[in-house]
Amino acid sequence: MKLLAVETATDACSAALSIEGAISERYELASKDHTQLILPMLDGLVNEAGLQPADLEGLAFGRGPGSFTGVRIATGIIQGLALGLDLLVVPVSTLAAIAQDYFDHHDENVAFVAMDARMGEIFWGVYQRDAKGFAQLMGEEAVTPPGLVEFPELSGVGLGTGWGVYQAALLERLGDQITHFESDHLPRARAIAALGQRGFDLGQAVPVEQAMPVYLRDKVAKKESER
Amino acid sequence: MYVLGIETSCDETGVAIYHPKQGLISHFLYSQIDMHSEYGGVVPELASRDHIRKLVPLIKQTLLDSHLSSRMIGGIAYTAGPGLMGALLVGAATARSLAWAWRVPAIAVHHMEGHLLAPMLEENAPQFPFVALLISGGHTLLVRVAGIGDYQLLGESLDDAAGEAFDKTAKLLGLGYPGGPKLSELARHGKPAFTFPRPMTDRPGLDFSFSGLKTFTLNTFNASEKSAQDKADIAEAFQTAVSETLVIKCRRALQQTGLARLVVAGGVSANKQIRAALTEMVLKEKADIYFPRPQFCTDNGAMIAYAGCQRLLAGQQQDLRIFARPRWPMGELSNCQ
Repeated sequence: MKLLAVETATDACSAALSIEGAISERYELASKDHTQLILPMLDGLVNEAGLQPADLEGLAFGRGPGSFTGVRIATGIIQGLALGLDLLVVPVSTLAAIAQDYFDHHDENVAFVAMDARMGEIFWGVYQRDAKGFAQLMGEEAVTPPGLVEFPELSGVGLGTGWGVYQAALLERLGDQITHFESDHLPRARAIAALGQRGFDLGQAVPVEQAMPVYLRDKVAKKESER
Repeated sequence: MYVLGIETSCDETGVAIYHPKQGLISHFLYSQIDMHSEYGGVVPELASRDHIRKLVPLIKQTLLDSHLSSRMIGGIAYTAGPGLMGALLVGAATARSLAWAWRVPAIAVHHMEGHLLAPMLEENAPQFPFVALLISGGHTLLVRVAGIGDYQLLGESLDDAAGEAFDKTAKLLGLGYPGGPKLSELARHGKPAFTFPRPMTDRPGLDFSFSGLKTFTLNTFNASEKSAQDKADIAEAFQTAVSETLVIKCRRALQQTGLARLVVAGGVSANKQIRAALTEMVLKEKADIYFPRPQFCTDNGAMIAYAGCQRLLAGQQQDLRIFARPRWPMGELSNCQ
């Protein structure tokens, strides 16, 4: 199938087009320019493949967690496309995308993904490579202080910006389950496209109304009655 | 050309379809006021989260109600500013990508231009040129409007917007959020016990200032016994002061420009006392006054569809970049004539 994917949840902005599993991608590190870059990226990918928007058959996007605004840019873009082209959508975890991209390029089977969530917390998820090579969530994703993360008894690599900011707390918690860590990995659309295609194959695509962000941090203000 | 208009600049999701010959085809609004009232004011992050839940269903509803096929939509207009960045981005990203999907042009609309032109949606629409008073929670402006995009700023608030002053005063009196309409309701039970200043009316010029009035209200309130009647009297005095200040400035603007048409728009223009006072003044000046229908005084998609349609017809459109400007001076708008 012809599947378009976007990812704007972090400082990285990227789009990918998967045609029968062959993925082309545009990727830029541009923390404030996502709004300027993302649609020209999509347009370029579709034009380069000799396609029209109406030729697309499926959509995927990084549904978070990440920057709230960034996650909503991807969601808004994808909702507009899904509505306009009458397509189904696979929302993909940004943490899963970080793990997937690593599995695709390294000989590693378990990833402890930690993204800096500010306010002394991280977005956390543990992923294991399944028999077909796809990142499979172990347990649940969470927003949590690094010293309280939960994890299975597996050893693997630490990935994501959270490992840059909170390496001491995370290493103390996880000990020798961590073979090494790399804090410079950001989610990117080629992995969103791969996991999106997988989602379509598994029948996990949803209609536009269900293509929603996952923020993990859901308490963002106090009601007057709570002050 | 049918134009789809999308408004998400603050706490209301608005969608509409407008056609230059057939007029307004369909419009829907979803207000987040109930949600924000629990927090005592608009929480920007929650506003953004709600827009992304509500916008697409509202677009679908508007299309369904219009009995139009999506193929008949010839352009998409979205509010690009001023407003809350996160909220603007939801509408802008969705609108821009929808336009790309449909292969139609997109146009970024200035929210205040939308308000300014809202009376053009009425049967009795004003002719250009006119003086427009825009009074909302975020803005207080006097503008000379010679045509679409041909705006000359005559005066503006140097501090609080009129609607902001209403809401803050209401909060002080313990009226909850949004307080403007509640303060207005309370003022009906007030007696003329206090006289409040009419800020900046004793000097030439068309600028406004409402923060001093707010402080004066606070001091009066603290010096009173804070009884129910005191509150009502203070509400009455406050509303009368705002209303008379607006009357004085609008009269001055009409006289200064030599124009005989006054357009009043923005959320505060739904206030009955202000409407009545301005109408009385305009009659005395032998001029005409124009208001949008009450539902188009507050934020809505119809005014965005209308303003965007005029600009699309003039050949303007945006490229593929998503355009959102939380601060966007009206003076930077291009002339459409």
